[in-house]
Amino acid sequence: MNDLFTLMKSELLVTAIIFILLFLKIGKGIQNDKLLTIIQFLLLLNLVFGFFFNEEGSLFGGMFYTNALIVFQKNVLNLGVLLISMLFANWFKKSEHMPEFFMLMLSALLGMFLMISSGNFLLFYLSLELATIPVAAMVNFDLEKRISSEAAMKMILSSAFSSGILLFGISLIYGITGTISFTEMPALLHQSPLMIIVFVFLFAAFAFKLSIVPFHLWTADVYEGAPFAATSFLSVISKGSVAFIFMATLYKVFQPMLGLWYNMMMLLSIATMIIGNLFALRQQSIKRFLAFSSIAQVGFILVGMSSNSTSGTAAVVYFILIYTFSNLAAFGVAAAIAYQTGKEKIDDYKGLYQTNPFLSWVMALALFSLAGIPPTAGFFGKLFLITSGASKANYFFITIAALNMIVSLYYYLKVVRAIFMDKNEQAIEKINIHPTTKFALLLCAAGVIFVGIFSWIYDYIQSLA
Amino acid sequence: MNLTLLILLPLITAIAILLVKNATQVKWVALAGASAQFILAIVLLFAFNKERANGNVSQMLFELQYKWFPAWNISFHIGIDGISVAMILLTAFVVVAGVLVSWNITDKTKEFYFLLILLSLGAYGFFISLDLFILFFFLEIAVIPKYLLIGIWGSGKKEYAANKLALMLMGGSALVLVGMLGLYFSSSLKSFDLMVLSKLHIPTEVQKICFPLLFVGFGVFGALFPFHTWVPDGHSSAPTAGSMFLAGISMKLGSYGCLRVAISLMPEGAMQYANIIIVLSSIAILYGAFATMMQKDLKYINAYSSVSHCGLIFLGLGMLTKTAMTGAVMQMVSHGLMTALFFAVIGMIYERTHTKQVNEMGGLLKVMPFITTVLFIAGLCSLGLPGLSGFVSEMTIFVGSWEHTDTFHRIATIAACMSIVVTAVYILRAIGQTAMGPLKAGYENLQDARWNEKLAAIVLLIGIVAIGFAPFWLTDLINPATELIMQKISIIK
Repeated sequence: MNDLFTLMKSELLVTAIIFILLFLKIGKGIQNDKLLTIIQFLLLLNLVFGFFFNEEGSLFGGMFYTNALIVFQKNVLNLGVLLISMLFANWFKKSEHMPEFFMLMLSALLGMFLMISSGNFLLFYLSLELATIPVAAMVNFDLEKRISSEAAMKMILSSAFSSGILLFGISLIYGITGTISFTEMPALLHQSPLMIIVFVFLFAAFAFKLSIVPFHLWTADVYEGAPFAATSFLSVISKGSVAFIFMATLYKVFQPMLGLWYNMMMLLSIATMIIGNLFALRQQSIKRFLAFSSIAQVGFILVGMSSNSTSGTAAVVYFILIYTFSNLAAFGVAAAIAYQTGKEKIDDYKGLYQTNPFLSWVMALALFSLAGIPPTAGFFGKLFLITSGASKANYFFITIAALNMIVSLYYYLKVVRAIFMDKNEQAIEKINIHPTTKFALLLCAAGVIFVGIFSWIYDYIQSLA
Repeated sequence: MNLTLLILLPLITAIAILLVKNATQVKWVALAGASAQFILAIVLLFAFNKERANGNVSQMLFELQYKWFPAWNISFHIGIDGISVAMILLTAFVVVAGVLVSWNITDKTKEFYFLLILLSLGAYGFFISLDLFILFFFLEIAVIPKYLLIGIWGSGKKEYAANKLALMLMGGSALVLVGMLGLYFSSSLKSFDLMVLSKLHIPTEVQKICFPLLFVGFGVFGALFPFHTWVPDGHSSAPTAGSMFLAGISMKLGSYGCLRVAISLMPEGAMQYANIIIVLSSIAILYGAFATMMQKDLKYINAYSSVSHCGLIFLGLGMLTKTAMTGAVMQMVSHGLMTALFFAVIGMIYERTHTKQVNEMGGLLKVMPFITTVLFIAGLCSLGLPGLSGFVSEMTIFVGSWEHTDTFHRIATIAACMSIVVTAVYILRAIGQTAMGPLKAGYENLQDARWNEKLAAIVLLIGIVAIGFAPFWLTDLINPATELIMQKISIIK
């Protein structure tokens, strides 16, 4: 019984918060202002508790598995959710259905927790669905906007499609091996043609969730239509969690098929980086821009993942931690501007520095980190991904990854140029930033600067991996 | 002496700049920081010489090593040899002058000085790094300040220039990154440490691939032909101090990297590609010189002549003789000081006449004797007048090149020497048109240099003359270091 509480503490805590929210909602009478503070406080507690009682172990006959690294991954996701609750404070306060939004978000988070802890394909599939369907509802949360419903529709259809493929793959793999357990499966795998098809199906399902090219087509539209809070949840938390479980299944379950998945990974990674970067070049809407940039970032994550080593694992987890800070900072700034002025185009940012130096610097730091420029943490994150990818001595692959950094720098600099260099008579007016938003932005900026320089953070992750 | 001071001091200065309130304070804080750094660099020179005089013959002095990302076997390893000391001195001179010259910046003063100091931080860190990872870290730190300096405070086609510069330099660092990883994985030791790598024998096949990657990668920073195209645009669009830093310091990061990383770690690779380097640098020297002849804009003149002069650095490196290599390092220092002075003077003239076009000026000697005199000295140094630093370093390179007796090297050397004549033509013409002749209308009431400008010019002049009249202190500083590199090469020969 004790095991249940220590091993599943992250899941139980999130469930508890969902219930508390439910009661608060039914009870009514609490203003959004206060309620948001309560939620933020609960999420903070949730994050803090995440660092205690880290034990390794499995439950329910191996269905649920956790260890220190998985708990750390959950903490990264918790941190992201806490930051989201702070960054979009203005939007939350005005929203009529704020508790519902958080309930959906936390349900999705619960699904992700179960997903990265899953020890067999059954729990994996169930939790993946739990992690997806609430997100579709979140995407639909701008109730008065048609584009939001359209995005939700797109998302639910495409993820239903990918779930179908995934289920088909799982059923075939069960047919071949007679088991759904992650631990028993590797011994039973062999390189038969059927097995390769199965693997491709499973890979495709993951690729859908991670928006790897050519399964990325839903991404930009969904990001654009969703409210900022949902977009950032999708691009950071959702991606992060799928990347974690993807890596775990590749390294643990599909180890016998290493040669196959390495090649697939390399091809898709190259395609993802190039297509993501090329499409990002021409975007005008900041949301679409960040959507394609996040596609390109996934390409880089795959570079690190392809190394099939503990240093690769550490590099990916580390990168996602950094990515959480930098991407959320970028979304936070964009949301603060869009909320007050309704402007979401990169051209609207011209001359932003004259009126909003704080937002401009946070945005610049975030973009430099995404582009991988020192001294921001993104530099270390990308460098370690590339270094672990290079351990396979595949220089063609590494050179393409390195060259892609130039392309990505170009479009990140486009935004920086608009903010700092272009003159504009009608620059965006002074933005009133909510105090908690400001605090969260400062946190993100601090994360972007210090997570890289303080090398013990990486050492800690490496020691877990 | 603790070398971390060299990085900490700019860092503290930068933070102090962010904290103080008004523009005047920002300037004084920046000047105080730069001067302290200047004094530190001089102290470092004496400390270094004293240590050597005491018989310390280890390759690097004042080494320090802290663990940083031990999982990747990366350490914060710093140390200096004579070449680094020379480059640090150069940086200190240019930074002080750059801070002084920018005294009149009124637009976003705080940000300007912050970026300037950040840029110098990158340079100092780069020159003392003994670990490829932190070397790369400092190399890239300097890219964004350059971009913003040009893009925000620049003139002309500034956005285009800033973009071109940032992307080309990023391309260069991408090549450096791949080459660096090649070295890292080439041995079972998995080390980025330059000292460790230099003791290993890096396999010849790896050298064949990694040498061009690293040399060209760093070469982009140092304006290696045909990757020099960011230089003219970048230099001419940058604000005065920006051009000084770009040409004086940043380009030297590239040539220093070529020497410290590519050549000294991979002598076999260097032997293999030496002829290509010589051909490219000879083209750069001549092409740069002839292209300068066609320019009418003072900043473009200096920018293209920088391509030509930096070609000489690569020629010196490519010759792979001790004398030529020493000459190349001296040329780095000399060109850094000279070109910084040139850009400083051009900035002063532009501020007063509001034009950089040579044919719109004339007779400026009459109204601003100090500025034009400095312009003369900078020009004469550029064309290699004995007594100034340019002569000493170029001469050393040519003498070193002449040590090769075969026709190929002879032709390259003669071609490079010919550029001096061309240099004389364009320099004298430009200076003559600007300073001599009748004073153009509208320029009667121009003021001569202010205290800060005089001080900046004098600081750089001291450096130039000190090398020109007494080159021995510099050669003695550099020689032991180049000798070590040459030992590795001569073993293979």
